[in-house]
Amino acid sequence: MSAPTVDGATTTSLRATTSSSGWRRAVGGRTFWFWVFVAPFLTGLLLFVYVPIGWSAYLSVFDARNTVTPRPDQFVGFGNYLSLLTDSAFLTSLGTFTVFTLGIVPLTYACSLGLALMLQRIRVARTFFRSVFFVPTAVSYVIASMVWRMSIFNGARFGLVNSVIRALGGNPVSWLSGDTPVYWVVLVSLRLWLQVGFYMILFIAGLNRIGKDTYEAAALDGASGWRLFRHITWPQLASTSAAVVLLLVIGAFQAFDEFYNTLATIGNYPPFARPPLVYLYLISLGGGTQNLGVGSAGTLILTLVIAAFGIVQLVITRRLERSR
Amino acid sequence: MRQRRWAVVATYIGLGLLAGLFLVPFYIIVRNAFSTSSWIASPAWHLLPNQFGLTNLNKLLSNTNVGLLQAMGVTTIVSVTQTTLTVLIAAMAGYAMARLVPLRGAMRRAGSVVLSLTLVTLMVPAAVTFVPSFVMVAGLGWVSSFRGLIIPVLFSAFAVFLYRQFFEGFPSELEEAARLDGAGYWRTFWSVVMPNSLGITAAIGTITFIGAWNAFLWPMLIGQDRAYRSVQVALSTFMTSQGVDVPQLFTGAMVAIIPVIVVFIVLQRWLVEGVERSGID
Repeated sequence: MSAPTVDGATTTSLRATTSSSGWRRAVGGRTFWFWVFVAPFLTGLLLFVYVPIGWSAYLSVFDARNTVTPRPDQFVGFGNYLSLLTDSAFLTSLGTFTVFTLGIVPLTYACSLGLALMLQRIRVARTFFRSVFFVPTAVSYVIASMVWRMSIFNGARFGLVNSVIRALGGNPVSWLSGDTPVYWVVLVSLRLWLQVGFYMILFIAGLNRIGKDTYEAAALDGASGWRLFRHITWPQLASTSAAVVLLLVIGAFQAFDEFYNTLATIGNYPPFARPPLVYLYLISLGGGTQNLGVGSAGTLILTLVIAAFGIVQLVITRRLERSR
Repeated sequence: MRQRRWAVVATYIGLGLLAGLFLVPFYIIVRNAFSTSSWIASPAWHLLPNQFGLTNLNKLLSNTNVGLLQAMGVTTIVSVTQTTLTVLIAAMAGYAMARLVPLRGAMRRAGSVVLSLTLVTLMVPAAVTFVPSFVMVAGLGWVSSFRGLIIPVLFSAFAVFLYRQFFEGFPSELEEAARLDGAGYWRTFWSVVMPNSLGITAAIGTITFIGAWNAFLWPMLIGQDRAYRSVQVALSTFMTSQGVDVPQLFTGAMVAIIPVIVVFIVLQRWLVEGVERSGID
């Protein structure tokens, strides 16, 4: 970008409001630069998000195995959708997501809010504690899964939790075999450890936005402890809470890394604990054949599910705001 | 007053215990990285490691099945490139959406379509559409290439959204002063706006870098050839391989975690700011 062009552009843009249209005005004007600035992002968004979704919508009505350009005679109409919607394993994966969400969302919500409130009460070493709770955010799900699977919740006697259980006189637990649903303890505690600091930061920011005078007024009214929290702090955190719940559910819906790395063995994934993305991976890309038709249909169904959730959340938030 | 002092003491005790609990996984990584297999697998939990020194690291680095150094190289190239380009692309788009949206006519409507597309993308997380993205990259012949690993993940609606929010609160006096000095939109942005937006750039950059370094699903799908295997994929493959050497595995985890922890500690202040902004709607 040479300097004369830029300068020329400026002077014409200043005149643009009064002068008639023309090439020079277009080049120097705000509209022109809007498109220049937005072009790289917009091109990428269309090429790597919207075109692929369109392509997938096309593939989803074909029996597209190991190909991204199916022949016309491979057309199957809504066959892929029907087989998925009548596939009990696919429906089970949505159930698995629901169970996971019902566990991880309330737990993360309560723990991150609790940590934020505890940090608010102290002065000395506040930054230190905040860092300790926040640092797991930087750890990958792969490495966390490694620690959880091979050491903390190892089913053998030498696993950390099993060592503690044995010291207390109990029998070692086979955490990940799937005989009992105890694998949820592993998966939920892993994600809780990794993400709670992130949401704690959100709540700290929310708490900092509550004005001091709000608390002072409440203190004058004699509110303290639980009542102060119930009637002042918590209602003031409503918008933070809404954002936290939305982010938590979207996050749970995307769960893949820790399920895969905690449960998969050599070329194999057990028949339980398959959330939607894991199931989609296993049926479309993980196996020997790449069934991109069914995978595409599954993607579109899941996209609709997550979009529907977003809309419901939006409607509820609007209603709450109006009723207040 | 005395009751409050007790409450503070109780809070510190609670926080201390929780902090200890939160650090256990880091302790386990270090303990296992400096122990022998039999020490880790012995029935009684050993608190301390039994093999200090570089024995495990040397064994790991010469283990060609893992290829840790090559994987670290791939991940470094991908993360640094992805972070740099994501920040540049998102800053420009966010600035345009905050300051340059056309004012009149069909262009105004087109501008608001761009904004809507961005917000819709924000609702549907990229991981959910991994099959379409893979289809596209396979169609372009980009599987097992740096292009395939990097380019499709550069366009972050989230980063654009954060930049847009920031630029909406940016003092317009600075831009007007630059304009009066004869700078156009392009030069105003690069020489006045961006140098005054280093905080938000550090925040978005840190979030992007940590996400890129720790990514698993996309690198696993695209980096099929060993030469393009990311460090997370290499560790995951090693973990699920036959007869895995546990001390070597955890040494790998320790090495792979160091760069993100350094970035985290150095840029934590900006990271916190970025996280705070991501919750504001």
